[in-house]
Amino acid sequence: MNKGILEGITVADFGNAWAGPLFARSLGDMGARVIKVESLKHMDVTRLLPPWQPGKGITYNNSGYYNYMNRNKLAVQLDVSTPKGLELCKKILEITDIMIENYAFGVMKRLGLGYEAVREVNPKIIYVSMTSFGSAGPMKDYVMYGRPQVYISGLAYTTGYPDMAPLCLPTSFGDPVATHHGLFAALSALRYRSKTGTGQFIELSQWEGLISIQPENMMDYILNKRVRMRQANRDEFMAPHNAYRCKGGDLKCVTIAVATDEEWTSLCSVMGNPEWAKDEKYSDGYSRWKNQEEMDRFIEEWTLSYEQYELTEMLQKEGVASFPCLSNRGLVEDPHLNARGFFEEWDHPEIGSQKYDGMLWKLSKTPGRIEKRAPLLGEHNNYVFGELLGLPQEEIDRLVQDKILF
Amino acid sequence: MPDAALSDLKVLEFGNLVSAPYCTKLMADLGADVVKIEAPGSGDEARRREPFAQDKPGIERSGLYAYLNANKLSITLNPRAAAGRKLFCELVGKADILVENNPPALMEELGLTYEVLEKINPMLIMTSITPFGQTGPHRDYKAYEITAYGAGGYGYGSTTCVREPVMPPVKAGGRPSQFNAGQVGSVASMFALYARDQIGGGQHVDVSIQEVMAGHYESAIEHWTFAANEIGGLTHPILQPMLPLECKDGWVFIMCIEDFQFDRYVKVMGDPEWAKNELFKDRFSRANYLDALAPLMTEWTMQYTKEEVFLKAQAGHVPLAPAYNAEEIVNSPQLAARNYLVEIDHPVIGLVRYPGAPYSLSETPWRIERRAPLLGEHNEDIYCGRLGYTRQDLVKLTEAGAI
Repeated sequence: MNKGILEGITVADFGNAWAGPLFARSLGDMGARVIKVESLKHMDVTRLLPPWQPGKGITYNNSGYYNYMNRNKLAVQLDVSTPKGLELCKKILEITDIMIENYAFGVMKRLGLGYEAVREVNPKIIYVSMTSFGSAGPMKDYVMYGRPQVYISGLAYTTGYPDMAPLCLPTSFGDPVATHHGLFAALSALRYRSKTGTGQFIELSQWEGLISIQPENMMDYILNKRVRMRQANRDEFMAPHNAYRCKGGDLKCVTIAVATDEEWTSLCSVMGNPEWAKDEKYSDGYSRWKNQEEMDRFIEEWTLSYEQYELTEMLQKEGVASFPCLSNRGLVEDPHLNARGFFEEWDHPEIGSQKYDGMLWKLSKTPGRIEKRAPLLGEHNNYVFGELLGLPQEEIDRLVQDKILF
Repeated sequence: MPDAALSDLKVLEFGNLVSAPYCTKLMADLGADVVKIEAPGSGDEARRREPFAQDKPGIERSGLYAYLNANKLSITLNPRAAAGRKLFCELVGKADILVENNPPALMEELGLTYEVLEKINPMLIMTSITPFGQTGPHRDYKAYEITAYGAGGYGYGSTTCVREPVMPPVKAGGRPSQFNAGQVGSVASMFALYARDQIGGGQHVDVSIQEVMAGHYESAIEHWTFAANEIGGLTHPILQPMLPLECKDGWVFIMCIEDFQFDRYVKVMGDPEWAKNELFKDRFSRANYLDALAPLMTEWTMQYTKEEVFLKAQAGHVPLAPAYNAEEIVNSPQLAARNYLVEIDHPVIGLVRYPGAPYSLSETPWRIERRAPLLGEHNEDIYCGRLGYTRQDLVKLTEAGAI
């Protein structure tokens, strides 16, 4: 039996793009009923973001991004900027346990859906607001996305090459950080509510979330007035510590990281104890750290003769941390991720059967499940407004005509 | 003050460095009672990681450790000693959640697997956060931050450049994959806690750092499965502009994924003639002609400082931000207005500020009640106060190498 453990919990998803939708998706994966509230006026931006299957054209329903982020959800199309739409939205919120929104600060309040207003219709609701900078301070109204967040949070400043532009992580990394901070707070609040009956408002600044995961950077400035700079793959004390090219092209690399003398001895033995490695220059951790550029050139001469996984296996067998730098394709083909069942495949009327990345955790007894593909735009209008909220069909039809369900 | 949300939760941490300690920090800061098990003499490896207060190494001087372990109680325990293993099991008997990030083979060697601990405490939730998870052919592979970061796709993804040359994969500053995995561990632990009442027992929570990063690779997996687009090298986002721009004194990053946002930015730049060029007419076309677009945009930003560009762009409602460094962040008026940094006094490090709450809950506090513990500071509180050993027992246990 694999009943979702959150069965009976209803989530209203006002999420947009990544942080909010992933929050709701995670709860849906564990069995919550997630109602995603969209409209043509406030549509989730990812419905029109890549990737798409080549040659199929772009519709509201066939984006790979939207579909991987919105599985296990019901979707309604509701224009909450109309008075009738707002009224219906509040009906949804009456049956909601957890509500998530990640619009710019002030949007929900302007729509009449700020915490005060929502609490009036449902005092037990757990309302999670993921803004960029929070609800106070000179930057609260600034418009932001996850990638600029990586820059303003200090993470980009310490990522990349010293003589080049700060490098963005390859994603809007502030988003999944915000998602899981928000989820942890919401689940803590849910536990508190089950003991006390009290709902609450959770406010999160995505910026502060990203700062919270960089204590090394912040504390070095606070404690030592040192401003950390990007330094490519150099570590503060490990060496060797880099990505090295293997057979098959410039981007076929493995990482190798050595923290101890024991690991260094193992690495040397896998390399066949070459003459250069016996030099005093590499005899202890400090010397290796000091002379790492020269050492890296020697190591790469060696790594270039091997395939990525071949080299990884040789090194790991001797206790040296190493792994291929996998591309998105490499991830999909990685034997380990496949053996663990990380990918799942499901069908969709416009996309067909397709592979996606699956659950982010494995719970041994209540693993959760992916039972619904992502919804088409407005697919569940009839179910949510008819079956859940009890509106007669003719009224739903009228709401469609009046562009309330729009 | 009202109760903290997790004030009745008993957590045991058997972890090192970042992933498990950040997971339990999140719990401790919302009120959970967290007992941290450290190796006698040396303690958590984070104690030996920079930054150190005044750049002086010492196991009570690490800013990383002090940040991650405030609100926790530290005990020393050696599970390889028989008496130590017994203490470990007694502690497990009283815990709701055990969080650990040790190699799976080590936990087996120590006889501290979930299968063993479940028999001691059937209600126990055991959360294991490891580079490759508890199953599969790479389960026992060793990984540091750079290893896991690359294994999850982020290293290769970092080679995505807007201009030549192609650079090798590069890891991010700090330890983002370990922090993010710690967060996912905290969430999954809460799910297991929620499930506990329904299924009448605990369970094993398996978090793989590789999967956390791969699962957080923002639709990159689907770029391959949907469109056979391998992201990296000289590929770049197919919507533009989405790139860093150089200014007089540093860099900004602009992200206009919608056409109207770029239209706004054109106004911010004072409607330059080049922006009317047909090649730049929409987000896809701008991506195709990025090599022409980027220098034109840079010509404008180079006239200003990054802060000036930031303010001008934000006045025009354009998603653009400067690359701040730690100094600019710590001294930011925004953080000051939000009272984000928290002051904590520590007998060795002194009174300094730390990054604070990543969220606020209206009815239950996020709070720091206690500085990070000294190594083994709470041995007596826990072993005598909670497990009923005498102070003389502690002497014997120390002599036996158990604590």
